Amino acid sequence: MKEQKKKLKLKVSAISQGTVIDHIPSENLFDVISILELDKTPNMITFGANLDSDKLVNKAIIKVSNQFFENDEINKIALIAPHAKLNIIKDYEVVEKKVVEIPDQVVGIVKCFNPKCITNAEPITTSFSVISKSPVALKCKYCEKITNESQMVIK
Amino acid sequence: MKKKDLISITDYSKDEYLKIMELAADFEKNPNQNLLEGKVVASLFFEPSTRTRLSFETAISRMGGRIVGFTDAGSSSVTKGETLHDTIRMVSQYADLIVMRHPLEGSARYAAEVSSVPVINAGDGANQHPTQTLLDMYSILKTQQTFDNLNIFMIGDLRYGRTVHSLLMAMSEFENPIFNFIAPDELQMPEEYKMFLRDRNIRYFEHREFTDIISEADIMYMTRVQKERFSDPMEYEEVKNVYILKNSMLANTKSNMRILHPLPRVNEIATDVDKNEKAYYFQQALNGMYTREAIIAHALNLK
Repeated sequence: MKEQKKKLKLKVSAISQGTVIDHIPSENLFDVISILELDKTPNMITFGANLDSDKLVNKAIIKVSNQFFENDEINKIALIAPHAKLNIIKDYEVVEKKVVEIPDQVVGIVKCFNPKCITNAEPITTSFSVISKSPVALKCKYCEKITNESQMVIK
Repeated sequence: MKKKDLISITDYSKDEYLKIMELAADFEKNPNQNLLEGKVVASLFFEPSTRTRLSFETAISRMGGRIVGFTDAGSSSVTKGETLHDTIRMVSQYADLIVMRHPLEGSARYAAEVSSVPVINAGDGANQHPTQTLLDMYSILKTQQTFDNLNIFMIGDLRYGRTVHSLLMAMSEFENPIFNFIAPDELQMPEEYKMFLRDRNIRYFEHREFTDIISEADIMYMTRVQKERFSDPMEYEEVKNVYILKNSMLANTKSNMRILHPLPRVNEIATDVDKNEKAYYFQQALNGMYTREAIIAHALNLK
């Protein structure tokens, strides 16, 4: 195991200051990048996908230099990366660890599964109340229909 | 002050239900009250619904208000590709109140967010139709003199029928209701509503057969099996004629029992039931006008 972890470190280089988001399912890496708007950040980011992990067969990792996230912001990724772990890095040291938590409200991010919902017909920001966290079930503020985990599509 | 929209039945509290009932009784005694004089109500029907529209427009006329609007999307700017957002934004600058029906679910909630004046939902697709529920409640109160301790039978399409879902939620606010659901397997009451009842310790029973069990009913709420709710036409053909109420079936029912139906009916109530004093669906439709006068008066703080 130790050997594997060492290799992983070599695959995605260390940062001196910033945030490491680990244990992202590889297939959702680019959605995570988009939800956190890392595609627009001026900060240096490195990421790796399809890495070996103890918990996930296929995990991804993102390292963002000089950027730190509020809980509200980072919890947005909980729907697609429920086991994500954050390491806050200062001077190459992990100074804090965080896990993500599914919020009570989900604004934007997810599409309502109901094809007859107004949010799928006009440019409207979706809004859901989370009625169950495991498995995830989201109730649309507009059409009042419930989008289940298996029906969830990221906008 | 918060805008008094009516989008879902749960937007109103129990006190508001009771206030609407009181106001409706008042409008029934005296339907012509000039409360809307000098006011303009926009009646926006993005899909046709003659019954609901005439009921609303008669209510507005009897209250002395003026009506602007359209009766189907074909005669509106929707055909030019205008979004709901822009239509509502514009109309809410002209009118004091918006009454709208739209084929898409959630459209009314969205319109209420965009509009600066109150919005009354006259049906948003298969989602909500709260004024129907309030007129159903008024009909129940008028025929039973109470909302408490009633045994309410719901029959037919309990899966897609939005009126039964809203009525179930509203009646659950009152003392000790019992619900009986009669529906074929394909059209059973959805789990989320049964869970809603279980969470509140409200008794309900499910039946597949339309039998003498109806002798226990105080209210029989019949519904139409709507073809447009089925994606598979075969499934519709299989269930459309399953439950038909005939006059002969009413012999052992309670004397206070009344039959409600949101109309239009197709064949689920045989015409020989119409003569029975327990048939209440035509009076129920008239109650709709009084109830809508009450809802409008409440929305604009006129009463």
